[in-house]
Amino acid sequence: MTDVRRKTQLFAVLSVLSNVAGNSALTHGMQGLGEIGNSPLDLVAALFHPWVALGVTMLIVWTFAHMALLSWADLSYVMPVTAIGYVVTAFAGKFFLGEAVSPMRWAGIVLITVGVFLVGGTDPASAKKESHE
Amino acid sequence: MKWMLVALCVSSTVVGDVFRSLGMRHHGEIHDFRPGAIGGALSAIARNWMVIVSTCAMAVSFFSFMKLVSIAPMSFAVPVSAITFIPETFLARYLLKESVDWRRWTGIGLILVGVIFISQ
Repeated sequence: MTDVRRKTQLFAVLSVLSNVAGNSALTHGMQGLGEIGNSPLDLVAALFHPWVALGVTMLIVWTFAHMALLSWADLSYVMPVTAIGYVVTAFAGKFFLGEAVSPMRWAGIVLITVGVFLVGGTDPASAKKESHE
Repeated sequence: MKWMLVALCVSSTVVGDVFRSLGMRHHGEIHDFRPGAIGGALSAIARNWMVIVSTCAMAVSFFSFMKLVSIAPMSFAVPVSAITFIPETFLARYLLKESVDWRRWTGIGLILVGVIFISQ
C-alpha cells in the first residue's frame, strides 16, 4: 500500500468520524435547547451549550481533515468515499438510539458500501499525477 | 420555498467543494503534521481567496440545510442534498481535470441510489 493511499484512508476515517460525531452532538444539543430565537445573539448563546460546543469543535476538526485530504486527493475520490458517513450514521442510530433499520435502509447501506469500495479502489490522486506529467 | 432552499443548498455545496479543492490544490500537499507546521499551513490557507470563497459558500450551505430540515423531513432533505454528487463529479472531470473512470461513475451512482434508500 502506498503512503498516499494509507494517508488518504487515515484522513478519510478522521473526516467521516468527526463529521458524524459533530452532526450528532450538534443535533442533540440543539434539540436539548428547544426552540431558539432568530437573533444572532441567540445563536451565539447556543454555542455555549456543552453538546453544541462539542459538535462545533468536531465540525472544525472535520473541516481541517477535509481540507488536508483535498490538498493531495481528488474531489471525485474524497466526496464518494466519505459518503460512508451515511452508513456510520445509520449504524449509530441503530446501536445508540435503538432505531429500526428497515429492509430498504439495509439495501441502501449495502449499495453505499459497495459504491465506496468501488471508488476506494481507484487512484486517490489522479489529477496530481496528470499535472506532473 | 422548499425548492428554492434545495437549489441554494445544492449550488452552495458544489461551489464550496469545488473551490475548496481548487484552493487546497493551489496550496499544495500538506505532509508535515507537527503543530508548528500545521499553524503555518492554516495561516497560508486562511489567506487563500479560493478557500475563503469556499468557506463562505459552505456557511450558506450549512444554514440553508438547517432551514430546509426545519420545513421538510430529513427523508426529503438528505437524499435531495446528495444531488450534489452529480454536478461535482462533472466539474471534477472537466474543470479539475480529474481522471473519473467507470469505477468512480458506478460507485457514485450506487451511493446516490443508496442515499435515497437509506433516507426512507
